[in-house]
Amino acid sequence: MNSQDFDFVSQLLRKRAGIVLGADKMYLLESRLAPLARKEGLPSIDDLIQVVRSRRDERLITQLVDVMTTNETFFFRDKTPFEHLKEAVLPVLAQARKGQRIRIWCAACSTGQEPYSIAMMIDQQPALTGGVPVEIVATDISERCLERGRQGLFTQFEVQRGLPIQMLMHHFTQQDDHWRVSERIRSMVTFRKMNLMDPSYTLGKFDVIFCRNVLIYFDGPTKTEVMNRLAQSMNPGAFLMLGAAETVIGLTQAFEGAQDRRGLYKLSSKAVKAA
Amino acid sequence: MKRCLIVDDSRVVRKVARRIVEDLRFEADEAADGAQALEFCRKTMPDCILLDWNMPVMNGIDFLRALRREPGGERPTVVFCTTENDMSHIAEAMRSGANEYIMKPFDSEIIESKFNEVGLC
Ligand SMILES: C[S@@+](CC[C@H](N)C(=O)[O-])C[C@H]1O[C@@H](n2cnc3c(N)ncnc32)[C@H](O)[C@@H]1O
Repeated sequence: MNSQDFDFVSQLLRKRAGIVLGADKMYLLESRLAPLARKEGLPSIDDLIQVVRSRRDERLITQLVDVMTTNETFFFRDKTPFEHLKEAVLPVLAQARKGQRIRIWCAACSTGQEPYSIAMMIDQQPALTGGVPVEIVATDISERCLERGRQGLFTQFEVQRGLPIQMLMHHFTQQDDHWRVSERIRSMVTFRKMNLMDPSYTLGKFDVIFCRNVLIYFDGPTKTEVMNRLAQSMNPGAFLMLGAAETVIGLTQAFEGAQDRRGLYKLSSKAVKAA
Repeated sequence: MKRCLIVDDSRVVRKVARRIVEDLRFEADEAADGAQALEFCRKTMPDCILLDWNMPVMNGIDFLRALRREPGGERPTVVFCTTENDMSHIAEAMRSGANEYIMKPFDSEIIESKFNEVGLC
């Protein structure tokens, strides 16, 4: 691949998904695009890029963006966010909402381990939400990931990363080489395709947003833009959970850190007034 | 340093597992079947046991039941590590006193994740 093609693809990715591809990512690009070219019946990556450049084929562009996303995830990833949810978020919301439903949004859910972890936790400890109904919306830009999430089918490897065996026994059934999360848990999560770069999305207001391990792929101004938009999708008193390597510091005033809870933020009162 | 007893009739599996648990800062010991493992535990109770199911002389589940009846035998954290990967085997292992369950093939990430689950690291 020549450097012009590389620039073309990285600009496309940035424009479409906010994803910044470092100049050292040539190898990554090639290893991800080669299978797509093959799938499309094209002899090489160069041909693939040629087709994208000349035809501006939306379907192909969408797929190109999809294969370039990094979808690494696992059940109860990093553990502490789920402890924060259990100890500092759900009890507060259950009190405050008094019977109205609690809405949780996983804003870059990949193949579904994150929303399903939340669903299993809530299902096993109904006291956490004091009987208040919970709705979990899970979105991602990758249709390929969303489809896997909807099916709720996981490999043996995936169900052994972060998932306690008791939860596997409780919530999964075996299906050939795979494990399927129960209908009960699946029904708690709605998967929808959504691009965080899209300024016009409307999913309603949420009480909790998990936006973890996706901002790391964006540049500073994009992070700010995305977080400010998240703030607009939040009810007063709502919480934001970021990934272990992510922060709001220096990027937005819309959130303030929750005391002694790394990665957990509250919608700031300033942001509430502004909205 | 915590001690981990690796019980598996395959020398290759024991070697691979040893490398992984040593990286997790355990001192590793090995046994090739349940009987050897039981004998070992009677001398020195390990902190945790990585346990295969199918082995000659004494299999993993019989070993586990015997272990849990030994004085101090309730102490070690037992993590099954076996090719038996169906729900009925998992349930039987847990009923018999296992703390976690790994379905082979395993890698360092899975062992670390499961050890984490039971508070070993
Ligand atoms: C590394 S995964 C994180 C999954 C999960 N939140 C976690 O922490 O384990 C990042 C996900 O962000 C998605 N993503 C990347 N850019 C996006 C965008 N612009 N809009 C929505 N999702 C995006 C990718 O498709 C990928 O599934």
